[in-house]
Amino acid sequence: MHIKVENLVYKYMPGTPFEHIAVDDVSFEIKKGEFVGLIGHTGSGKSTLIQHLNGLIKPWSGKIFVDGVDISDKEVKLHELRFKVGIVFQYPEYQLFEETVKKDIMFGPKNMGLSDEEAEERAREAMNLVGLDHSLAEKSPFELSGGQKRRVAIAGVLAMQPEVLILDEPAAGLDPHGRNEILSRIEYMHKEKNMSIVLVSHSMEDIARMAKRVIVMKEGKIAAEGSVHDIFKKGESLKEINLDVPQIKRLTDELRRRGYDLPDDIYTVERAHEEILKLFEMEHHKV
Amino acid sequence: MLKDITIGQYLPGNSVIHRLDPRTKILLIVAFLIVLFTVGNFAGYLALALFLFAVNKIAKVPFKMLVKSLKPLLFFVIFTAVINLFLTRGEPIFKWGIITITKEGVRLTIAMSLRLIFLVIGTSLLTYTTSPIVLTDGIESLFRPLSKIGFPAHEIAMMMTIAIRFIPTIIDETDKIMKAQSARGSDFESGSLIHRAKALIPILVPLFVSAFRRADDLATAMECRCYRGGEGRTKLKAIKMKRIDAGAFLISAAVFAVVIVMNWL
Ligand SMILES: Nc1ncnc2c1ncn2[C@@H]1O[C@H](COP(=O)(O)OP(=O)(O)OP(=O)(O)O)[C@@H](O)[C@H]1O
Ligand SMILES: [Mg+2]
Repeated sequence: MHIKVENLVYKYMPGTPFEHIAVDDVSFEIKKGEFVGLIGHTGSGKSTLIQHLNGLIKPWSGKIFVDGVDISDKEVKLHELRFKVGIVFQYPEYQLFEETVKKDIMFGPKNMGLSDEEAEERAREAMNLVGLDHSLAEKSPFELSGGQKRRVAIAGVLAMQPEVLILDEPAAGLDPHGRNEILSRIEYMHKEKNMSIVLVSHSMEDIARMAKRVIVMKEGKIAAEGSVHDIFKKGESLKEINLDVPQIKRLTDELRRRGYDLPDDIYTVERAHEEILKLFEMEHHKV
Repeated sequence: MLKDITIGQYLPGNSVIHRLDPRTKILLIVAFLIVLFTVGNFAGYLALALFLFAVNKIAKVPFKMLVKSLKPLLFFVIFTAVINLFLTRGEPIFKWGIITITKEGVRLTIAMSLRLIFLVIGTSLLTYTTSPIVLTDGIESLFRPLSKIGFPAHEIAMMMTIAIRFIPTIIDETDKIMKAQSARGSDFESGSLIHRAKALIPILVPLFVSAFRRADDLATAMECRCYRGGEGRTKLKAIKMKRIDAGAFLISAAVFAVVIVMNWL
């Protein structure tokens, strides 16, 4: 599934004294099977932007094409589009409502018109995907911990088996273990299920580790777009818009400045670990 | 859709109307409403319309916002208009089958519609020009004499402040939950009445859960900051009557007097 956005503009409360342009003339593409990271300071319009991609909100002006079809077209059934482009909202645990975890996850599949058996099967699969123990299936979602609730909510979207999965800060407010779990599940779905992923995050580390392409937003506009390396090599311009490079990049830059021979495209701890060890081994051989 | 609700919305500004004491505005609105329901001829309505128009001009409330505040009431106005138009007995001026329209019916319809519209515009002008906090301060101060006989003036004012404060929050939250459920394929717009009522469950349950959670958190936060009711509590911004308040009373009294006198002409 290919998504193309052209000159999108969105205003909150247009025509009132509270009018606010949240998305300002934004154009970009998401190709099939891509992993795109979306970053930007608080209030830069990320959440507003992604809600356009499955027709939850209508643009003030501009167009959105999904597989070449303009979704503002009367013929397009937004209802069906929403099963293909799944959005996991910021703090999705607040959308849980059913009596049991399983029923809540089945809500999406049932809305798609699947039978009870099929929906249950989907729910089971989705629970596996997010790493939820099956013993929780009959519990009330309100009795779970925050991290577990988050997983139930994500499973609720995954159960629809969307082709594009958009996640708005899925790991915010979770403990380190919960974060890693959720993020590695997302990576797994991208690799194994060939899902296109759009990940909105304030963590430069997560973006650097997972995304192939990064879009940077600033005050409703796209400030920069490119590969992880393109974006993070110019740390100064990111600082200007209240963002930063991954911390490990700062460390390796400092080491490079002090004369250590490290490559300039290290953005993850794993990679830094590897390169620094290599450096040690070389020193060792010299002696 | 939900964003159409403007009740309780405040438009910050610095006009004379904004600067009036909230008690002045509340008392004048009450007087306005009483006068409105005693008006007996169209000259009276015209005078009140001019009065509202002038206040609106001074307060610099955009005309659009007034229209917006009327929107949610449109159905109610039309409903009462239809009832009055067809069900009032009197001297018939139009007859078609079982439908009879009387002269009294037409009069009553126009009067009631105008009254409702003026009522909404008047109260909207109050809320548009008075911040909710100041407004409840005003209400509390007006009701304080009654607390001698056990009327919980402070508690009611505090409850109102909190309720008003949370209207936008709850609207935002509803909006968010609706979007999240739509993203999972919920459909609120089509289907039978029962289907649509059922579609509300996925919205109402999370909404109530979060409202209770919020209430709980707020109560804890208030207690942590040693809130213990109204006794001995002072205000950061004490409200005070000034010279412009006297002016407002005089001008309004004059207008209202003229309107009442016009009733006898
Ligand atoms: N319901 C709303 N009504 C009015 N303005 C809004 C609404 N939602 C967001 N905004 C405004 O639109 C702008 C963009 O908001 P948005 O939620 O898209 O930002 P964001 O990039 O997702 O921020 P964050 O990183 O904090 O989640 C903000 O300035 C915000 O104040
Ligand atoms: Mg956001």
